[in-house]
Amino acid sequence: MANTATRSFLQVAATEEATTPLRVVQIEGLVILKIIKHCKEFSPALVTGQLLGLDVGSVLEVTNCFPFPIREEDEEIEAEGANYQLEMMRCLREVNVDNNTVGWYQSTLFGSFQTVELIETFMNYQENIRRCVCIIYDPSRSNQGVLALKALKLSDSFMELYRSNNFTGEKLREKNLSWVDIFEEIPIKVSNSALVSAFMTELEADTPVTQCDYDRLQLSTSPFLERNVEFLIECMDDLSMEQQKFQFYYRNLSRQQAQQQAWLQKRRAENMARKNAGEEPLPEEDPSNPIFKPIPEPSRLDSFLITNQIANYCNQINGVAGQSFSRLYLMKALHEN
Amino acid sequence: MASIGPTVLQLIPSATRVSARVHPLVIFNVCDCYVRRPDHAERVIGTLLGSILPDGTVDIRNCYAVPHNESLDQVALDIDYHHNMLSSHQKVNPKEAIVGWFSTGFEVTGSSALIHEFYSREASNPVHLTVDTEFKNGETTIKAFVAINLSLGDQHLAAQFQEVPLDLRMVEAEKVGFDVLKPTNVDKLPNDIEGMEALMGRLLALIDDVYKYVDDVVEDRVARDSKIGRFISDTIASLPKLSPHAFNKLVNDSLQFLNLQDQLLLLYLSSITSTQLSVAEKLNTAAQIL
Repeated sequence: MANTATRSFLQVAATEEATTPLRVVQIEGLVILKIIKHCKEFSPALVTGQLLGLDVGSVLEVTNCFPFPIREEDEEIEAEGANYQLEMMRCLREVNVDNNTVGWYQSTLFGSFQTVELIETFMNYQENIRRCVCIIYDPSRSNQGVLALKALKLSDSFMELYRSNNFTGEKLREKNLSWVDIFEEIPIKVSNSALVSAFMTELEADTPVTQCDYDRLQLSTSPFLERNVEFLIECMDDLSMEQQKFQFYYRNLSRQQAQQQAWLQKRRAENMARKNAGEEPLPEEDPSNPIFKPIPEPSRLDSFLITNQIANYCNQINGVAGQSFSRLYLMKALHEN
Repeated sequence: MASIGPTVLQLIPSATRVSARVHPLVIFNVCDCYVRRPDHAERVIGTLLGSILPDGTVDIRNCYAVPHNESLDQVALDIDYHHNMLSSHQKVNPKEAIVGWFSTGFEVTGSSALIHEFYSREASNPVHLTVDTEFKNGETTIKAFVAINLSLGDQHLAAQFQEVPLDLRMVEAEKVGFDVLKPTNVDKLPNDIEGMEALMGRLLALIDDVYKYVDDVVEDRVARDSKIGRFISDTIASLPKLSPHAFNKLVNDSLQFLNLQDQLLLLYLSSITSTQLSVAEKLNTAAQIL
């Protein structure tokens, strides 16, 4: 223990390199409220914002955040957006807020967030900060009394693969990566300062029933389920398109192989004839021949993402249906009494 | 106060009787700013954003701290900072305008008048919110004030701070659940089924309470209160009276909005889809014919 005090800064920096994996995301209640406010005010438009905080060992503390204005395609406005971000960071630093980017948050509709854009944004962030996290909030689910917050990050092995942009079946098998392993969900912890906690305790004496409970008892879930199933069907269509792409690829591949075999047999027979005639045999490979050109394998990224999405919808349907069963039985029991 | 001649001492009241409504985010933010205040500062002040509702209520939805310096008789507010922050906030939400300012501390102090004057130029009839972060009298004191000008003829004499009713809107916080926002440390967010479970527990406890109360009243242990009795009977009456047959129809018939069978079907469908997915994944990784 004694020599820890004498460690130089450099040494500390060096040991930091061996990072402990990110285990928990600790969010302040303030941040939750801010995210909810921003996402809800603009729902159903999707919004994003930046998370600020500290990276402490295996815990990522999110202590503040600020919203981004709704993004527009115009280049000029994009530059303005970057300015806005810098300006906001500078201002927040002046009032002693941690101005260390730790990730971003975004709203989503019915959990449809697993897109290529998300991955791209994540890679962008990851380039600048070693550890970052994406917090997803779903305003549509929150109407049912669920705090639909999720903290996600991309798994390391997936990022490696994404950097090399190599999503062929072979590579995926090598890494043993399946669609489940793209995103890692990190458990969320909530912390509040003692001051806030005191205020809340004082302001809101223990009420037996809250708005949250009323929302949970809402009997009608049909619109939510309907939308979910709609999205599910869309995803299924997309997935079957992807599958067709693969089938096409495999069909092409086997046809090419058959052609190659045929060509090889022909060449062998020819060589045999030449040998008998005492001539030099021709080479058994001919790179100039078009049938030897490898057919590019389509990327599996899309189908992986779609699969993820489908799994997500299934989970949601399961959860909601489960909940509404208990509600229905509750109603039944009430009625029988 | 009534006088003869041209000079009249006037208390110019605000146009309408204002009341203010504060969203929990503002309280959270003020607390956070106070915790992060600079070493030498005794209090933090900042701008309140929001809008004025049609009925004259000031709806305070957002806020940000503004650095300031206070000495005995003067206050220096970082006006540049204030304007920068304002324009940044309005980029995100153009609907939020300045509605007033906040300060931590128990009461309105002398320098508050100066700051209030500044905000009067930024917004008409600003609201001054004080949040007592030191718990001076042992409880939370959050108050809102508006200034009333006291003038003699054309001459501006003083401003009087008058307290206005304050509505602490906790609906948003309720939606999140106090279980998450109250304690200093929560290890895990409740998921939907757990939330449901807790809810059932609470509901059961409530029903038990009602039972107990009714029993107590019947057996003359508790003084009867017709108000509570009426509430209970109203609650019971709000349950629609249906014959068992109609009720069954309601639950099981897929044409109704509560459709047990549809939901079972969906459940089945989603399970079969996820099974399909895992089977497909196994096949994809195991049996590639290359």
